[in-house]
Amino acid sequence: MATQTAENRPDLSTQDAITVRFAGDSGDGMQLTGGQFTLSTALAGNDLATFPDFPAEIRAPQGTLFGVSAFQINFGSRQISTAGDAPDVLVAMNPAALKTNLAALKPGGLIIADTGAFTKRNLEKAHYDSNPLEDGSLAQFDLLAFDISERTIEAVKPFGLGNKDALRSKNMWTLGLALWMFDRPREPIHDWLRAKFKNKPEIADANIAALDAGHAYGETAELAGPLKQVDMPPAPAEPGLYRTITGAEAVSLGLVAGAQLAELPMFFGGYPITPASAILHHLAKLKEFGVTTFQAEDEIAAICSAIGASYAGQLGVTSSSGPGIALKGEAMGLAIMVELPLVIVNSQRGGPSTGLPTKTEQSDLYQAVYGRNGDAPMPVIAARSPSDAFDVAIEACRIATQYMTPVMLLTDGYIANAAEPWLVPDPATFEPFPAQFLEQLPEGEPFLAYKRDEKGARPWVKPGTPGLMHRVGGIEKDELTGNISYEPANHQKMTDLRAAKVNGIDVPDQDVALGEDTGELVVVGWGSTYGPIRQAVTRWIAKGRKVSHVHVRNIWPLPGNLGELLGGFDKVLLPEMNTGQFKTVLRDQLLIDAESLTKTSGQPFYINELEAAIGERLS
Amino acid sequence: MNEMTKVETTLKDWETDQEVRWCPGCGDYAILKAVQRTMPQLGADPKNTVFISGIGCSSRFPYYMETYGFHTIHGRAPAFATGVKVANPDLDVWLVTGDGDGLSIGGNHLMHVLRRNVNMQIMLFNNEIYGLTKGQASPTSRIGTRSPSTPVGSYDRPINPCSFALGANARFVARGFDVSKKLPEVLTAAHKHQGAAFIEIFQNCIVYNKDVFDGFAAPKGAEEFQLWLEDGEPMLFAGGTKGIALDREALELKVVDVVDGDWEAAGVIVHNVTNRSIAHMLVELPFGEFPMALGVLYDDPRPTYEAAVAEERERATKGKDHDLAKLLGTGQTWQVD
Repeated sequence: MATQTAENRPDLSTQDAITVRFAGDSGDGMQLTGGQFTLSTALAGNDLATFPDFPAEIRAPQGTLFGVSAFQINFGSRQISTAGDAPDVLVAMNPAALKTNLAALKPGGLIIADTGAFTKRNLEKAHYDSNPLEDGSLAQFDLLAFDISERTIEAVKPFGLGNKDALRSKNMWTLGLALWMFDRPREPIHDWLRAKFKNKPEIADANIAALDAGHAYGETAELAGPLKQVDMPPAPAEPGLYRTITGAEAVSLGLVAGAQLAELPMFFGGYPITPASAILHHLAKLKEFGVTTFQAEDEIAAICSAIGASYAGQLGVTSSSGPGIALKGEAMGLAIMVELPLVIVNSQRGGPSTGLPTKTEQSDLYQAVYGRNGDAPMPVIAARSPSDAFDVAIEACRIATQYMTPVMLLTDGYIANAAEPWLVPDPATFEPFPAQFLEQLPEGEPFLAYKRDEKGARPWVKPGTPGLMHRVGGIEKDELTGNISYEPANHQKMTDLRAAKVNGIDVPDQDVALGEDTGELVVVGWGSTYGPIRQAVTRWIAKGRKVSHVHVRNIWPLPGNLGELLGGFDKVLLPEMNTGQFKTVLRDQLLIDAESLTKTSGQPFYINELEAAIGERLS
Repeated sequence: MNEMTKVETTLKDWETDQEVRWCPGCGDYAILKAVQRTMPQLGADPKNTVFISGIGCSSRFPYYMETYGFHTIHGRAPAFATGVKVANPDLDVWLVTGDGDGLSIGGNHLMHVLRRNVNMQIMLFNNEIYGLTKGQASPTSRIGTRSPSTPVGSYDRPINPCSFALGANARFVARGFDVSKKLPEVLTAAHKHQGAAFIEIFQNCIVYNKDVFDGFAAPKGAEEFQLWLEDGEPMLFAGGTKGIALDREALELKVVDVVDGDWEAAGVIVHNVTNRSIAHMLVELPFGEFPMALGVLYDDPRPTYEAAVAEERERATKGKDHDLAKLLGTGQTWQVD
């Protein structure tokens, strides 16, 4: 065992939040380790945020730098809103994991490494000339290096597994050690393993043995000195029932709730794509909630089938990521033209083209707002966090059914995969918005398929309704009858009516997420930048500066008071994970001098970089 | 559709107040009338009938039917129709497409609606040309077709719509043509079939591809080149003087002469609509050497997609409640006091 203690070692026991990153080969089960550690952390009452970061390849060649899969969790006894900038602890299951993740580690941070995986071959694959665990190159860090592989094999020996199978429990051994470090109970993980390997009890037992061995090792190592157990008290939280939730789960549950509030069955047309598929998978298991899922032959059929279902009187929903959304563009135009409800979920990823399928970005905003042929206005709303995605999904269903329009809901790869604790809401508190179908006309009144209500919405008539047969389609329609019309004045009027309907949506006034209503600088964000912006602004407020945070949910149409609100600040800074797309929209719509701060590395913003950027703009 | 209550209507009840906008003399007029004539015979109910189309001349069809109608986007009508039928299996869904819409831009969707076997009637109007975009060669145009996009004649090999349908695992394949008196019969058989029923309707585009089907579809003198197939009946044509026999050595169909009506002696085979192998041969018969095979070529139903969806829902929801509060609070939870 190689151990060393850094001189500048941070004292974890005095911190109110700790960041741990588990990194290993994509076959090492790091996402599973991270997920279970997250669960135990949640059960211990800490607030938390996670950031899974994995390669696009399912099983990249073993030991390679591009095959490294990592899971970061930030947890604490205070409110946590990001997955943490720099880890305090890095668990490196092989040389490639160490190499690709070391730069992120805090100075003096702790490295836990498996010497058993630091073989000559693995060192070569990670392009190391010498073993970093032995050559002194890690002198500035705390290091705990020992043979986890061997200890795992030892622990699971009684279960008669071969070495290869035995080594699969390495992640559980590591998890056991992590559970010990932060004084977490093992029982929930035991239960989970038993349930997971219900039909293979020997595998369950082997994993439990590995977990327990890792935990026991911690106790021994503490006696020897290099490791200390850290006690992280629970974070203050509103009383109630909590669970952890990812953005993909939250979107799915929000859609189910939204359909119930609209009193409609839901038809979900989807096509597999990263990182949106998880929504299809969740909903496919919820048939008892009136959900029909349809795995279509392509992205186009996915949206078209959903529009077909809306036409027949259900709530049509489709979901994808950037490349798939591009394919759906023409059908969105049709939904706008025939004015049927539809929810389109875009879990954004790095682009253009195939881009970075497993990395996060916010670069589909132009596509969402402007990306269709013709003047095709469509509401766009964005979730700011995994749990917020639940509320936003309900709101998308409300707008779609109340205004007879497709709505795009933006999340991103970070929100889709990241987990956070969620105070489970009581559905009795939700405001229902039952969908209205036109079933009968008042005596003597002619049927007009495009006669609008006070919200600008046309009537929704289900096929099967007697006496109201009519035809709809993508050709321009007469403003009242809906029959084909090529009249110049009618097209002008219809263009204006479609725009007016969307502009007239009852978007709530924009609030200030943090800080005063006026001041030196306002940081405006949308989507998943919420966490880092909030933390960075908190720090400047703590330093006594008049900095505020405004986070916009309604991207299109914008909240009516937004221009006035932002006008109350000397400067407007707009960080986003693209090249300045929302900035363009704000400048255009509000004529304000918003300054862009952009990042397109496939990684979320760090608090530190935002804090520094704010500082540079304060005089 | 499922159990249908028959409704009494007349042809007039199926006409809309919209002015029909096809070119004068277009074969689409005849098809529209045939469909409007068929609907009362079926006892179909206009309020439960939905016509869904893509883009092209044929796809204007829904505007002229006094039913529910959805004129969608190019090639995607099968996907919309699938959503409609799954959402409400009680609706009687008719899909209208053409050779460009259904086999070029929409080939993928046509393939999948057939293999899934969603219960609907799919009418593919085949005129072997793009009409609405002014006459370019289509995926069914014969080699050598001169058009604005193929000025010296097309050289890509055409697809046979019925072969495509069988290849996509269609359980009902039929053929008719615009001015044929037998078209309502074919449509009736398609409607009776539970599942995706594919009907290729040869249609004369008098502006861009005039009379290309005259060999068998000319108003006069072409009857002897029509092989009308009927289940359980011998495959006879040319007034019963000729028939189709199976060359058992080559495993091919052949034309034989029938003397004095003794078709058995001539070896003429009897049409069996459930024989998939013969169906494959019938749809591929080269016209000229053979007559055009028309009528119901293949009809062998299998369970429909929407029935499978309903069954799966039944299985998946059995014994499960749908309490939203419970759903939201599932998974590993903890209580904060």
